[in-house]
Amino acid sequence: MSSVDEEHASLWALAVPPLIWATHFLLSYWTAAVWCAKFADAGGSLALARLAIAVYSALALAALALTGYQGYRRHHLEQRAAPHDEDSPESRYRFMGYAAMLLSGLSAIAIVYATLVVLYIRSCV
Amino acid sequence: MREQDAERPSGDVQPLAEAPPESLQRAQAERLIEVWDAPSGWRYWSAVNNTEVGVWYTALAFLFLLYAGVLALLMRIQLAVPNNDFLSADFYNQAFTVHGSVMMFLFAIPIFEAVAVVLMPQMLGARDLPFPRLAAFGFWCFLIGGIFLCGSIFFDAAPRGGWFMYPPLTSAFQPDIGPDIWLLGFSFIEVAAIASAVELIVGALKCRPPGMRINLIPLYAWYALVGAIMIVFAFPPLIAGSMMLEVERAFHWPFFDAARGGDPLLWQHLFWLFGHPEVYIIFLPSIALVAMIVPTFARKPMVGYGWVVLAAIGTGFLSFGLWVHHMYTTGLPGVSLGLFSAASTAVAIPTGVQFFCFLATLLAGRVVRSVPMLWVLGSLAIFVLGGLTGVMVAIATFDFQAHDTYFVVAHFHYVLIGGAIFPLIAGLYYFYPIVADRKLSDRLGTIAFWLAFVGFNLTFLPMHLSGLRGMPRRVFTYPSQLGVDDLNLTSSVGAFVLAAGIAVVVWDVLRPKRSQPYAPRNPWNAGTLEWVQDMPAKPWGIRSIPEIDTRYPLWDQPNLLRDIDEGRFYLPDAEEGKRETLVTSVVDAQPVQCQRLPGPSFLPLLSAVTVGGFFVFGTFGWWRLAILSFMVGIGLICVWLWTGTALHPEKPDKDVGLGLRLPLYLSGTASVGWWGTFVTMLAAFTAYVCIVFGYFFFWTVHEDFPPAHASGPGWRWPLVSLLLFLAAWSATLLARRANARDEVALHYGAQLAALGFSVAAGAALLAGPLTTHMDPTRHAYEASVWLLVAWTVLHLGLAVIMSAFCLVARAAGRITARYDIDLHNTVLVWHFTLLTAAMTVAVIAGFPLAT
Repeated sequence: MSSVDEEHASLWALAVPPLIWATHFLLSYWTAAVWCAKFADAGGSLALARLAIAVYSALALAALALTGYQGYRRHHLEQRAAPHDEDSPESRYRFMGYAAMLLSGLSAIAIVYATLVVLYIRSCV
Repeated sequence: MREQDAERPSGDVQPLAEAPPESLQRAQAERLIEVWDAPSGWRYWSAVNNTEVGVWYTALAFLFLLYAGVLALLMRIQLAVPNNDFLSADFYNQAFTVHGSVMMFLFAIPIFEAVAVVLMPQMLGARDLPFPRLAAFGFWCFLIGGIFLCGSIFFDAAPRGGWFMYPPLTSAFQPDIGPDIWLLGFSFIEVAAIASAVELIVGALKCRPPGMRINLIPLYAWYALVGAIMIVFAFPPLIAGSMMLEVERAFHWPFFDAARGGDPLLWQHLFWLFGHPEVYIIFLPSIALVAMIVPTFARKPMVGYGWVVLAAIGTGFLSFGLWVHHMYTTGLPGVSLGLFSAASTAVAIPTGVQFFCFLATLLAGRVVRSVPMLWVLGSLAIFVLGGLTGVMVAIATFDFQAHDTYFVVAHFHYVLIGGAIFPLIAGLYYFYPIVADRKLSDRLGTIAFWLAFVGFNLTFLPMHLSGLRGMPRRVFTYPSQLGVDDLNLTSSVGAFVLAAGIAVVVWDVLRPKRSQPYAPRNPWNAGTLEWVQDMPAKPWGIRSIPEIDTRYPLWDQPNLLRDIDEGRFYLPDAEEGKRETLVTSVVDAQPVQCQRLPGPSFLPLLSAVTVGGFFVFGTFGWWRLAILSFMVGIGLICVWLWTGTALHPEKPDKDVGLGLRLPLYLSGTASVGWWGTFVTMLAAFTAYVCIVFGYFFFWTVHEDFPPAHASGPGWRWPLVSLLLFLAAWSATLLARRANARDEVALHYGAQLAALGFSVAAGAALLAGPLTTHMDPTRHAYEASVWLLVAWTVLHLGLAVIMSAFCLVARAAGRITARYDIDLHNTVLVWHFTLLTAAMTVAVIAGFPLAT
């Protein structure tokens, strides 16, 4: 079980799902802001910007599905459940998987919220 | 409490089976006390240990709370009746500006770092945090900046532009020194706050007791880690913004002047990019105290530890996506408002999750009544109300109505007082025995609670209504016709009841307690490591550093107290008369190094005074004196580095007990100094990215950016400069490698070449805008280019000072092939220097070509 060794573990695993959210958020914000300031026509239609944000969302959600699934698998290593409070590399490994899974879920919800915005808002006004 | 974990891995480290002989124990304890004792007499103020610095820090922050509270009371007297003339409009403006600024910058943020400096080493079973002198430096900066700021109101010179200092009010219409005091004073304090954040991050990651894996650390450490990382990314935008505004005020560079291509909205973006995360930087570490108190009084481990960690990390990230909700009424596109509204409602999820975990823990356990628990319950009730109005104002359409009214004032006081003040007072009652060896009074604490709880709601609940009836913020009076007379009178009465509650707490802390017996050891029967402390406390932090196997070691590890006290664990002695603590690995907390810590010194104090001089003199526009003071400060910091850091140990490794030998000196990524440098550089780079953001912000919102009349810096000089930066960076890398191989001539040659290339690189970068006659006072474009160049050259200046320091240190034998911490850290700074230079060149030379 070399994969639970410390040299294979990194706290970055906990930062990746929220970083996916952050990237999606900033890209969506910049796309909409630049589109509305530079490219929108007189009516201020969001048009392509909405499409772009939808694509970002699809990519981000796919990535979060991946990090979430990986977290789930780690959490269920040897069919053990929470609370992951034992003093062993396995318990720590399961805990980090669990936290990564939860963070993936939260990030996904936040991305769905943001996507709902472009579902309903069609113009820059 | 659970049974001892039966499945503990067989290879786990156990304490010594037999106690060392008593005579040895006594000798060990004496040596530890001698090493860790605080200096006495006037030298007491040279102390750097967390038990001294943390307590000064906490006390001073509370003093500022009281000061800002008095200003609030003055405002409430003014607002008690319509058309009152108790305060003049101008003094009222100063009062609310200083009230808000002091509460945020001199109380809420510092109190987090202060409490963390006191508690973190205790919770982590460390003798101290890794950079005690840096924490002391942070404290002295805080003291100097705080007094400077608070004192200004007595000279009728205080800032009066609101705690968020919006230009153009503060740039074009307030020529007095008030805004300068704010901008420079707080920039200074923010630098100090980042210094403390570096200390806390490296402490939480590298100074845990052996075996305290990442899944076992106390929840407080999780929250403190997240809060400190947030500081590293949230404060730099404000430092960048303050720099721009101060440069506009002092030297007329028009970043926020619309007539010359600037934009006041840029300030709002930068301010709130700091300002919103700041709210969570205040909230998370305070609620962290609740996360420690709840399990103790529920007599049960926290339910949903993983979910609370989710809440801390998730809130930390999401809070960076909320800043525009302070700017809903500035005319941004609806879709932008929608995106920030979405994030603002999403952040309620993790915030709610941790509250359910707290409630679940209380329901699952058997709650013991206590004063800390009373304040915790009050906090939860108040904060939930503030959170609910928060979701209301997160909806843009509702916010359009409530913006800049007392509804918002009510909302954020519910959030901040419920989310920070109540938990902090709960923490004060809970942790007081750790600091002062005695308990506070249950009776006074209960009286104070009810006064504060009733007074608080009496003050702020009516404000929701006065706000909805149209009473605007920051106006010194109101007409009777508005229909808010009774509401305001109620608020004013409530404010004094709340103040009476706080006064009772202050009395409880200050009243003489000599005749009161010491608190028993672990007075609340808590499970976490900070309660190992003896009553009265010994200066050593912990007698021996234990091996940790559980989240609540005092509940779950049998004989832990005895084994620690008898020195059966690590580092039970200080044979060499040096301050020492263990450094462990980030994820599994395996011991990797025995870190020597510096002792008392006046250098942090002197450095803070001289660096502070730069900001104080700058406020009055005495720039020569300011720069002189700054140079002296740099000199003192070099002396500090030379005499107190990266010292050669007298032997390569030492026996730390339990048959473990650990190195005394590690360099590169293994050293705590490297991590501290890395975090500091991240903060500097974030500030730089904010300046780049400003450049592209102007491009996005303005048709003519870069303006047609302005010549850019061209591409030739910037490109030459970039090549020279690359050469200097390569030479620095080469110098480090040559040193590691002990190739002395090559090392010196490369290091000297690096210095030569550096000077040429800086000159070439300046040549770009100079040869094209760019005038930074003409247009925001030219100002932005100059600021990017100036920042890059200053960053280069830092790298050059470090390279020169290394050159001298190598010549003096302070750096050798084996002992090369400084070189590694210099190379790290060079990585960031090159990155900064490359981005600057790409932006100032590349972007105009691309458009």
